[in-house]
Amino acid sequence: MALQSLDIIRRSATKTPSPAARGPVPAEVAKLIDTSKCIGCKACQVACMEWNDLRDQVGTCDGTYNNPTDLTAQSWTVMRFAEYENPQGDLEWLIRKDGCMHCADPGCLKACPAPGAIVQYANGIVDFHEEHCIGCGYCIAGCPFNIPRISRRDHKAYKCTLCSDRVAVGLEPACVKACPTGAITFGTKERMKVDAEERIADLKSRGFEQAGLYDPIGVGGTHVMYVLHHADQPGLYSGLALNPHISRTVRLWKGVVKPLALGALALAALVGFFNYIVAGPKEVGPEDEEAARKEQEKAHG
Amino acid sequence: MADRDHRPALILRHPPRDRALHWLLVIVFLFTATSGFALFHPSLFWLTNLTGGGPWSAILHPFIGLVMAVVFVWFAAPTWRVAQLTPNDIAWLKGIRYVVSGQEERLPEVGQYNAGQKLLYFTLMTCVLLLALTGILFWRRYFAGYFPIGVVRLGALAHAFLAFVVLISVVVHMSAAAWEAGSIRSMIRGTVTPGWAYKHRRAWFREMIRPGAGR
Repeated sequence: MALQSLDIIRRSATKTPSPAARGPVPAEVAKLIDTSKCIGCKACQVACMEWNDLRDQVGTCDGTYNNPTDLTAQSWTVMRFAEYENPQGDLEWLIRKDGCMHCADPGCLKACPAPGAIVQYANGIVDFHEEHCIGCGYCIAGCPFNIPRISRRDHKAYKCTLCSDRVAVGLEPACVKACPTGAITFGTKERMKVDAEERIADLKSRGFEQAGLYDPIGVGGTHVMYVLHHADQPGLYSGLALNPHISRTVRLWKGVVKPLALGALALAALVGFFNYIVAGPKEVGPEDEEAARKEQEKAHG
Repeated sequence: MADRDHRPALILRHPPRDRALHWLLVIVFLFTATSGFALFHPSLFWLTNLTGGGPWSAILHPFIGLVMAVVFVWFAAPTWRVAQLTPNDIAWLKGIRYVVSGQEERLPEVGQYNAGQKLLYFTLMTCVLLLALTGILFWRRYFAGYFPIGVVRLGALAHAFLAFVVLISVVVHMSAAAWEAGSIRSMIRGTVTPGWAYKHRRAWFREMIRPGAGR
């Protein structure tokens, strides 16, 4: 059985209930990332590499501070730097630590065909169990945030675990531990929302009228939340989705279509089989052979 | 016309090439259908036990699927002209209830293939080619990275739908073959009795017994 704080409440490709005898349910956790406090030092990236023993290939500079330029199977979090010229003509440097949002309604988990390759813990963390991963990449199609990456080396899917191994033993995630400005904090989701309110009130008092919390309802809320100065325009932060939700195509593909299709197939097979059993085949009788013989004789004179 | 055992000479319905390719198709179909079913619905994931486990099923399914598309085209392409629907076929389809009730004498005589077989032909030809195409869109290992995510998602949805159409068609195909007694034998041994041809494919039967008709 999983550690108590890591009780599994949902498992990919599994319709039967997860073990549910133990209670009370532990509090949901959340990581709060305050973009207004982030200085872009990348200590979180380094801490993530170190704790998870990840070493991405040394890439090339693309002329920005984005390095690595994207998430990979070896880079589970990256800082994304955006230069935004506000209506007053001032430059704002909007830096966002990108990575898995740990959705309450995880598209990756819903799309995954391999039982137990993706799980959701009672505390809200969504985790990949790579030993069950079959490398199909459906999680990529399911994710509304473009997070999972398939390793070129072992063809398994990887992403931020929210340091589930650390959280399970009462530690904060590695990135939180390393952040020098306190831009990343960790605690119960409830507590993080209270902390966020305080920060948002402060930002509003300093002229950021649209400051707010990013905890998008379209995916049932997330267990990684952002404080944004411009919560009305999350797209400014390197394309953060305004209203993320599991794609309708994926819902259709993974939802009602499959049981209906399976039912129709089973029905067709049963009808075919029982028609044969009840009505029997159309057999060729001696009269057919006789008629055929007569025609053949006629044809050949 | 009778051989030494006084049995009527059999008529060749499926030449060796067609039989071999048909059963090759069945073999690759069994693999792609089994591994595809496993990925199609969580309650069927256990089928990966028959196709090498989860990762091997995911690795092999697209390759075997491509083989299936190639074998299908190889098998079916020469039939293209014969499979075209004629006015007689339309009349046959409109009177399909007489086929079910065994009153075929009320319908136009059937040639080498009946209209149901022809519809199956075009359905499978279309679906198999589209399956290969849509499969490539979300073949993560080699190709999916080159397509926008919306296209990948649509590809996956369309692939599942096309597979459903193929599977329904195959169920109908198998039921019809079992129902028309002697059909399955002809796909295994190649031949039918004159009576079978007379009863089920009369126009084709008359073609075959014309003096000088190619056997």
